[in-house]
Formats: sequence, C-alpha cells, structure tokens
Amino acid sequence: MFGRLTIEALPLYSAIAAGGAAVTVGGALLVAIVITWLGAWRYLWTDWLTSVDHKRIGVMYIVLALIMLLRGFVDAIMMRAQQAMALNSGGYLPPEHFDQIFSSHGTIMIFFMAMPFMTGLINIIVPLQIGTRDVAFPFLNSLSLWLTASGAGLVMLSLVIGKFSTAGWTGYPPYSGVEANPGVGVDYWIWAILISGVGSTLSGINFIVTILKRRAPGMTLMRMTPFVWTALCASVLMAFAFPALTVACGLLALDRTFGMHFFTNAHGGNMMNYPNLFWIWGHPEVYILILPAFGIFSEVVSTFSRKRLFGYESLVYATAAIAILSFTVWLHHFFTMGSSANVNAFFGITTMIIAVPTGVKVFNWLLTMYRGRIDFHPSMMWTIGFMVTFVIGGMTGVLLAIPSADFLMHNTTFLVAHFHNMIIPGVLFGYLAGYMYWFPKAFGFALDRKWGLASFWCWMIGFYLAFMPLYLLGFKGMPRRMEQYNDPSWQPYLMVAASGAFVVLLGIAAMVMQLYVSVRDRKKTADVTGDPFDGRTLEWATSSPPPAYNFAVLPEVRDREAFLDMKERGVERQRPAAYEDIHMPRNSMVGVAMGAFAFAFGFAMIWHIWWLAAACGLAMWVAMIARSSDDDAEFRISAAEVKQIEDARFRALGSQAGRRA
Amino acid sequence: MSAAVTAHESEAAATHEQRAFGFWLYLMGDAVIFALLFATYVIMVKNTAGGPGGKDLFDLRNAGIETALLLVSSTTFGLASLCSKTGNRGAVLAWLLVTFVLGAGFVFLELREFAGMIRIGAGPDRSGFLSAFFTLVGTHGLHVSVGLTWILILCGQVMLKGLSVPVTSRLFRLGLFWHFLDIAWVGIFSIVYLPGLL
Repeated sequence: MFGRLTIEALPLYSAIAAGGAAVTVGGALLVAIVITWLGAWRYLWTDWLTSVDHKRIGVMYIVLALIMLLRGFVDAIMMRAQQAMALNSGGYLPPEHFDQIFSSHGTIMIFFMAMPFMTGLINIIVPLQIGTRDVAFPFLNSLSLWLTASGAGLVMLSLVIGKFSTAGWTGYPPYSGVEANPGVGVDYWIWAILISGVGSTLSGINFIVTILKRRAPGMTLMRMTPFVWTALCASVLMAFAFPALTVACGLLALDRTFGMHFFTNAHGGNMMNYPNLFWIWGHPEVYILILPAFGIFSEVVSTFSRKRLFGYESLVYATAAIAILSFTVWLHHFFTMGSSANVNAFFGITTMIIAVPTGVKVFNWLLTMYRGRIDFHPSMMWTIGFMVTFVIGGMTGVLLAIPSADFLMHNTTFLVAHFHNMIIPGVLFGYLAGYMYWFPKAFGFALDRKWGLASFWCWMIGFYLAFMPLYLLGFKGMPRRMEQYNDPSWQPYLMVAASGAFVVLLGIAAMVMQLYVSVRDRKKTADVTGDPFDGRTLEWATSSPPPAYNFAVLPEVRDREAFLDMKERGVERQRPAAYEDIHMPRNSMVGVAMGAFAFAFGFAMIWHIWWLAAACGLAMWVAMIARSSDDDAEFRISAAEVKQIEDARFRALGSQAGRRA
Repeated sequence: MSAAVTAHESEAAATHEQRAFGFWLYLMGDAVIFALLFATYVIMVKNTAGGPGGKDLFDLRNAGIETALLLVSSTTFGLASLCSKTGNRGAVLAWLLVTFVLGAGFVFLELREFAGMIRIGAGPDRSGFLSAFFTLVGTHGLHVSVGLTWILILCGQVMLKGLSVPVTSRLFRLGLFWHFLDIAWVGIFSIVYLPGLL
C-alpha cells in the first residue's frame, strides 16, 4: 500500500536531522497560522496562487527563491562550521548527514534558488521592457512556476520524510546507482530535478516566443534592451539544454527503478555516458544563470551612470556568441575521466575562447561608467563588486581550462572556490542588483538604501573571507566535500572560511532588515511617478506597480532607450484620445492543481507507491486535456474601466507634480 | 465597434501563430531528447553483456510493416489537414480515424515485439544494449500513443465544436507532432533496425 514508506522514514537518526525536520514543519505551520490569522487564504488563492499575470508569477518565483536561499545558506554555514572543527575528529555532523547537506546545498542553490530568481526577474521585467501586456502563454507560465515549486517542495520534504541524496548535486553513477545507494535519497534528487526541469523547459519556450513575437511596434531586435537580449539567449539555452538533463536523470531513474543498465558497473552499462549527458545540460546551465545577470548589470550600469550603454552591439554579439559556445565546452567538467589528449585539448581551447566574449562585456560596463555621473545605489554597488570579483573567478577558470593544470586541481577546494567565485558575484549579485533596482516597479515603493549597502558590504567581505582560503587549500591539495581531515595546516584556512560564512549571514540579516524597514516606511518611499531612477527603458513608462494590462496603449518605440527617447520628445505622459477594450487571460487553478499532482507523483515514484503514481499521472493528463480544450481563456477589461484606472494614475501624477512645484 | 472586433480577431490570429511557433520549439527540444537517446543507443549497441544482440532479436518484416503503417498514417493525416482547409468536417473525421487505426496498428506491433523479447528473457534489464533499445524505441512508442489519444480528443472536438479557429489550430499542431514522429521513426529504422540486421 505505501511502497517502501514506513515509520522508519522519520529522521530520528540524529538530533540535528530531527531538528531540521522540526524547523521545516514548524515553519510551514507558522506560515499557515499567520495566513489564517490574517484571513488571507481567499485573497492568496484568487489573487496570487491561481494568477496568470506575469508580474505576480514573477513575484512568487522570487519569494520561492528567497526562501530557498535561506535553506541553502543554512546548509552552507553548517558545512563551514563542520569543516572548521573537524580536525582529527568527527565534528558535530555524522558523515551520512554531512553528505546530504552538501548535496542539498548545491541542488537547492542551482535549481531552486538561482533558477526561480532568474525566471522571476525575467517574468516581471521582460514583458514590460518589450512593451507587451503578457507573455505568449500565460497559463503555461503558471504551470512552470508550480512545477518548479513542487520540485522545491520535494527537496524540503526530504528533510522530514526519508533522507536526501548523498551523491552531490551532480549525482554521478555508479555511486548514485541503486547498488551503492539503495535508499530514497537519490530518488528525491532525481524527481525534484525532473519535475522542475520540465517547468524550466516550458519557461524557455514561453520567453522565446514572447520576445520574438510580442514586442511593441517599432522595437526591432537591435532596439531590445540588453536584459531582453540576455533573457532571449538564456531562454534558447533553457529550451534546448534542459532536455539533456531530462535524459540524464531519466535514464538514471530507469536504472534505479526498473533495473536497467545505462550507467551500472555490470551488464554492459556505460557510466561515463552520464557525465556527458549531465554536462551537455550543465554547462549551458551556467550561462542560463549568468547571461540574465549580465543583462541586469548592463541595465543598472547604464541607469546609474546616466549614460547610454557603451558598445551595445558588441554586448549583444558577445551574448549570442557565449550562448552558442556554451554548448561546446561541456567536457571540461571531467578532463580527468580519460578522454584522449586531443579531445581534452579541444575542449580546453573552446573553454578559453568562451572567456573572450565575457571579457568584452567587462569592457562594455567599465567604459559605460567612464566619465559617467555615477549614483552609488546598492544595485550599482553590487555591479561594481561583481566586476572586481568576477574577473578573479574568470582567471582561475582559464587556469582550470588547461587540462594538465586541471589534473592537479580537479576535485579540490580550488574548484569549489572557482565556481563559487563565478556564481556568487556573477549570478547572485546580479539578481540582488535586479531585486533592489526593480523592487519599486513591482511594489510601488523603494527598498531602503542604507540597509542595501550594509548587505552588499557584508556579502562582499564575507565572500572573500569564505572563498579565498579555499583557493589556497586547493593548492595544498584539500579535496572537496570532506567531512573530517587530519592535516592541521588546513584548519586555520577553514576557520577563516567559516568566519566568512558568518559575515555573509550578517549580509542576509541586513537584507531581511532592509525588507522590514522598507515595508514599514513604504508611505515615505512610495513611487508615484513609476520612474524613480530616471530610467531609460520601457518598464519605467508605466505606473509602479503596473496595472494588470501593463500599458493602456502599446508604446511606439523609436530608439533603443525607448522611454528616455519619449521623455526627450516630451511625449512620455501623452494620453490617447480614447481607450479601447483590453483582453487579458483569465486566472486558472489548473496550474496549481497540476503542480500538486506532480508533487504527489514524484513522491509516489520515490517511495514506489505505484497506485498513487498512476492516479496522479492520470489526474495530470486529464487536467491537461481539459485545459487544452478550453477555447475561452480570456476576459475583457472595458475601455471605461481602463480609463478609470488611467485617470486615477494621472491624478496622482498631477498632485505629485503640484507638490514638487 | 467593428474596428475593435477586427483588432480582437487579428489578436486571436497572432495568438495561434505564437502557439504554432511555441510548438515548433517544443518539437526541437524533443528532437534533442531523441538525439541523445540515439547517441546513447549507438555507444551501447555492442554492450550486450553476453545476451542477445540485434541480429538475434530484430525482425525486418515486423519493422517494415511498422514503417509502412506510420508513413501511410502521415499521408492520411496530411489528407485530414487538407480537408480541414476546405471545411469538410466529415472528411476530416474520416481521415483522422484512418490515421488513428494505422497508428494503433503500429503501437500494437511494437508492443507485440516488446512482449516477445521480454518473454525470451531479452527485456530492458538484460543488458545495456537492451536498456538503450527499449528506452529509445519505447520513448517513440510512448509519443505515438500520446498522439493517438490526442487524435481521439480532436475527433471529439471536431464533432462537437466543428472546425472552429481554435480547433483547426490544434489540428495543425497535432499534425506537426505526428509528422515529427514519422521523422523520428525513420531514424530508428535506419539506425536501430537496419544496421542491427545487416
């Protein structure tokens, strides 16, 4: 009846694991109690969970990302604490538990922190920047969100019922195979990734179509903002790289669940095929995450330097070149696997080549700042911190691209330092810059600057303290993922690294504080104009937060910096003679329902509860058919209602102008 | 007023164009899945682990009939698409049903082949080669089965709703899907069955 699910699945094997479960369950209960106390369930359901509005979906993605950031960071600080004390001793974490923690840290930070953060920012901003009212497939957008959330839910559930994978975030066989790892841990990992991966593929398709087919009149490709360009390239990569992840994890699941022999040690399995399939997705994934961050940096640097972006075209071509090259470098993740010297040399060279367009971009940003009138807004600080730090990570990357050097550094903490050096400044700083830059657009009031700067400095200093020692430890030969060690010369470095993690903790506390202070003072920092930073692109042309339909009249684009151009021509507040009816997609509960079924389906596959898996599979199938047969998924906002909303906005603008004068 | 209605209609046309484009992109992603399964099959074809190989298992006559069924079903689907352009509802239904019968025949032959192999102990858990074979061919067969259900659903829609704009646009995307499966099968026939027997 319940497959292999028994009472043994509760995490009573260690006090810390039980504590983690208690915090997870307690947190979920607390949220439920607060919502009930506020009487907000209906509001939450009708206005948010079932919404197909791209702005709300984007906000929900980012909420998910921030929650998972906390979870992933708890994992990080636990590992740093363990390694700081585990010289010739077991520290405070048993190996089995430590291994789960580094596996879930990587899985969460990539799939359930970075991916939803990026998808959320793209969701909120891209339709506004291209001047459209919604994405091409609003329902699919909601479905993507809920598939991602159900994957994240499975990872969280593994804290409470059963265990998570101990095979690292990459899950290499044969260790992740059923012989070495018969429990449910790897299955949790596989199904969390398979389910959320489908969501990411669909998001990719959605945004390719949205960007290519729904731009405002006059917005040619070369008038798209850098963020839209990078979102387009990332979407192409998502649509074509994620199927490879589906294949890699799917075949591993077939091995584990149905006794097949794709990656097994015996019966003709070929375990070296797995890293190939995994990294055919995995390397483009790096660029899926980082290209949109590059787009954000480009927007921020131009707005806060009060200058047109330097070398826009070269930035666009560099982005496209990176997108194509990202499919040609995957083998550098396993130079030591035993390919011939010529194969390794080929991939070493392509890896070095991909650094060139990235270098081009650094000059784009630097020269945009050159002689600019720079405003050191927190977003700008994240950008500057990124440029300085990212260049160091890039150089260690080129070092690792040399196969013979890689043989020495492979699997050491040097590698750990390198990819954190790319992903924290490159990806996370970018998203945080975007979060602080576009927050007023999404909510109608700005984030507090002082706490934003405090957060930046803590993150920046904490990052250097936490990861520079790991470079040195890598040179000293310390392997990654060690639960304990017996070389006393490593410990001082690991203590510095742990102190860095605590400084980052202060940075996260400052972010929480910033949110609290900003919400408290929201009346004071309200953004009535819709354009708090003297912006240059279309998202600032509408109100903050934008109405459901974004633009009462679709804007005419005449320049790359469309809104700046409108301001220069003095037409940014021009009102049309008459408004028209607007058709918008209707909310749908099918997305939430399918996400819930996918979650239960994944759970059933993990625990071998076949009847539940069949029932949920059937339910998803029926929901999909019902939805796809629906011919009438839109509702009408009448011209009169549009006029009412717009009148209110212009009244507020007028009183604002009056107060200024 | 009439201007607003036309604006809404052109918006609807744009919507269907976007869906077609999105569906093309989905098919390209699906093609990546098939490409990787093909690659996996090719590197595992010799990994029989002492078990039976393609020469012992494949039957060219069966694969040949499967090919014929699927290729003809693509033609009959094409005829259904042509009839939908002229608005001939009865003919669309008839051709869709012929397509369904041919496709169902294909799935039947494939399942019979699979069952026969499993019966003689050559199931997907026998060797790496057989895992790759069952997964590649089975993934295609699963797609065809999904296509068959989809054909039935659209038959229902054509009957109940007629050849309305949304229904014809769905028919167009189903057509893309069905023809794509044909192409994937041509790959399977030439990479799995032919070299396996030669």
